[in-house]
Amino acid sequence: MPAQLNRILLLFIAFIGLFLLVRHFLIPETFGQYGHYRGNSLIENESRELAFADKEDCYACHPDILETLESEMHAGLSCLICHGPGGAHVEDPMIGNIKKESGREFCGRCHDINPARPGDVVFQIDIQNHHTEKSDCIECHNPHALWEVPE
Amino acid sequence: MKSSRRKFIKAAGTAAGALVLSSAVRPFNVLLMAADPPPDEGPWWGIGIDIHKCIGCGLCARGCKVENKVPDEPFYFRTWVEQYAILNNGEIKIESPNGGIDGFKQSIPEEDIFKTFFVPKMCNHCSKSPCTQVCPVGATYESPDGVNLVDETYCIGCGYCVQACPYGCRYIHPVKKVVDKCTLCYHRLKKGLAPACMEVCPTRARIFGDLRDPESEIVQFLRENDYNVLKPHLNTGSKLFYNGLTTEIS
Repeated sequence: MPAQLNRILLLFIAFIGLFLLVRHFLIPETFGQYGHYRGNSLIENESRELAFADKEDCYACHPDILETLESEMHAGLSCLICHGPGGAHVEDPMIGNIKKESGREFCGRCHDINPARPGDVVFQIDIQNHHTEKSDCIECHNPHALWEVPE
Repeated sequence: MKSSRRKFIKAAGTAAGALVLSSAVRPFNVLLMAADPPPDEGPWWGIGIDIHKCIGCGLCARGCKVENKVPDEPFYFRTWVEQYAILNNGEIKIESPNGGIDGFKQSIPEEDIFKTFFVPKMCNHCSKSPCTQVCPVGATYESPDGVNLVDETYCIGCGYCVQACPYGCRYIHPVKKVVDKCTLCYHRLKKGLAPACMEVCPTRARIFGDLRDPESEIVQFLRENDYNVLKPHLNTGSKLFYNGLTTEIS
């Protein structure tokens, strides 16, 4: 084989060797552990912080409220719907990031009349014209015990 | 000339035969609309959405933004709700004001509407997902438990996957400059909690479960409902099953 071909061949081998070496150091350790991705990415995705708590956590400290709720129309609803994410409050009960959402705007999300809303799933009312003298729904309706409407 | 035609027919026959054989190796899963569980152990998550139960409160979209710190601007969503209105003149109107986060106000006069309903949308967590196939660096992938995730440290923000997703479920995060999408709240899932959107859904219109477990909620959902997936002709192996999905919905 002519000398110049030998040199080119050598150059090729050196180049491929260098490529493999650089590749070895650049590819993260867990890449390819499960597939064509970095295995540790699963752990990173898993270890993100929670914002929303779990309903079970609410039970631990407020069983009385939940017992009232569970016997009512709103049974099965998560506390977090009206009271906000509450994850920090579960970690430290002194953090009072618990909201009390109410009012025509918020209750209307579910209960305002909308033809797209299936009638058998949720009770609907013309919320803008219902007892306009009252400012807030919870003046009459207790969301934890819905049918206790005062006279 | 003659022999080349013979060659061509032979080659075509071989190719057709190989195609038929290869389809026997990985057959189309009719039960799950082309979603094929890989032969691993452990859960393989699927999602069920009941359109008949969705009341369009938008709490799922709002909860998702809080849980996953999705930017507030009204064009970044991991999940959102659309209101479909089929008018008496046959026109189909689709509305999603701020993704439904602030709830829905009826904008079309009721007498013009033939039919209207809400459709919640989110990542379909496809098992043959187009977004994963186009990623040039292996930054997006299907996890062993069937959740499509993004490796934020690996993503180069090229946006191929955003274009490839036929369901429009991805966006480029304006601050991180990498792609962001629904993780099915992987951080909650692994702790045994429901994803935020399902935790706050007041009518349980959204459910999830292990497709491998015959007793799971999602398998129960598939048994009891007339389910379908979005764009089944694309063969994405979507694992988001809808009850009440009609042909107007895309």
